[in-house]
Amino acid sequence: MKALVSLAAVLVLLLAAYVGVHLGDLRWLFGVVVPYFAAAVFLVGIVVKVIGWGRSPVPFRIPTTCGQQKSLPWIKQDKLDNPATGWQAMGRMALEILAFRSLFRNRETVLRDGQLAYRTNKWLWAAALAFHYSMLIIVLRHLRFFFAPIPRFVDVLTNVDGFLQVGVPGIYITSFVFLGAVTFLLARRLGWARMRYLSLPADYFPLFLFLAIGCTGLWMRHIDKVDVSQVKAAVMGLLVLAPHPPAVGWIFYAHLFCVSTLLAYFPFSKLMHLGGVFLSPTRNLANDNRARHHVNPWNRPLPVHTYAEYEDEFRDRMREAGLPLDKE
Amino acid sequence: MYDTGKILGGLAIFVVLITAPAWYALATGHRGAPPKLELPAGADGKHCIESSSFMRAEHMQLLDDWRDSAVRGLDRDYLAADGETYRINLSDTRQSGACFRCHSHPAQFCDKCHAYLGVEPYCWDCHQRPGEK
Repeated sequence: MKALVSLAAVLVLLLAAYVGVHLGDLRWLFGVVVPYFAAAVFLVGIVVKVIGWGRSPVPFRIPTTCGQQKSLPWIKQDKLDNPATGWQAMGRMALEILAFRSLFRNRETVLRDGQLAYRTNKWLWAAALAFHYSMLIIVLRHLRFFFAPIPRFVDVLTNVDGFLQVGVPGIYITSFVFLGAVTFLLARRLGWARMRYLSLPADYFPLFLFLAIGCTGLWMRHIDKVDVSQVKAAVMGLLVLAPHPPAVGWIFYAHLFCVSTLLAYFPFSKLMHLGGVFLSPTRNLANDNRARHHVNPWNRPLPVHTYAEYEDEFRDRMREAGLPLDKE
Repeated sequence: MYDTGKILGGLAIFVVLITAPAWYALATGHRGAPPKLELPAGADGKHCIESSSFMRAEHMQLLDDWRDSAVRGLDRDYLAADGETYRINLSDTRQSGACFRCHSHPAQFCDKCHAYLGVEPYCWDCHQRPGEK
């Protein structure tokens, strides 16, 4: 049911593009107004969100410790899983962001012969890595529509990605890795009772949206081809603030509308882990709570009355009462 | 705000990266208009074998189909959408369907759009470009 709601939402998006562009003539709305609006929401939304996170206090360091802490010199420290300095914390972050370290540690609980057992499960890690890297390459490949002349590295990347040279225009490896990984991530939520139980529409929606974006993109490239030079002219028009929607079929507008929805949805959704991963206090802080004195930064300055001052004030009375004094 | 410098620095890098295409286009003045093609001289005002909108989107598929039908199927007749039949060929300019009969200068036609869109077809890895030795 929760999955169906998300699927229906994505189908409505596709239908909107079909009705708006194929039946109606709303090319300006779908090709200019919506992309501009989505890009603005994406940029401003992410900046506001990250600044909001930055303003929340982190008075004390709360890193999760996944290895031996820095201790006595003859005990070997696990520098990446329990960093003691800023540089080590950066190493930990790099491993987390580039290689998804914490997913690699994923374990599942199983009953084996009536006994509780733990075993490693790398499928989520592998699919997540495949998904994110193929998406990165796909986004970089799309830069050919955003730069004139096209930077050399985009050409090189495109050629490497298409080196199988199957069909015309040639297929890209990442297209299929991307769709395969999204399909796996979706099947994981749908076909596994425990995952289905804790999945929400907000978990399914981005997956269906990515599927729709990938499928419309492949459709345009390999089945119902569009005139890409018009598309590029339109993209460049948007960039230099001289917009004009391209006179191409509705599939392109469906693709663009889904991407616009993704961008506008981004800052308000789980997808914000793009910025959030950098600001995770359980990952990005060095574990130096014992080595350094952390003072709560919003402690108000209190008037300090030391014992020496106290004794100065009450010395006579203390002597009369026979109390011991530091200074006679 | 804690680690203000790092957070604002990271945000600045993000915003610059995302908006880089716009700054690049505005700064270099490359407005990215599609290239002006020099239409082939030998065309006699005649259109290509199919409509230009079809050719723009499908020429690569057409060439692939021609390769299959002529080289593998030994069938060298192509029936165009307007009912005319062309003799499939690339370089023998006596044939009615020879691409190079009109498109004799790829540098002024094919290459322009391909460069504009970052398409690097591997035709010329094996085949000789017309007019070149």
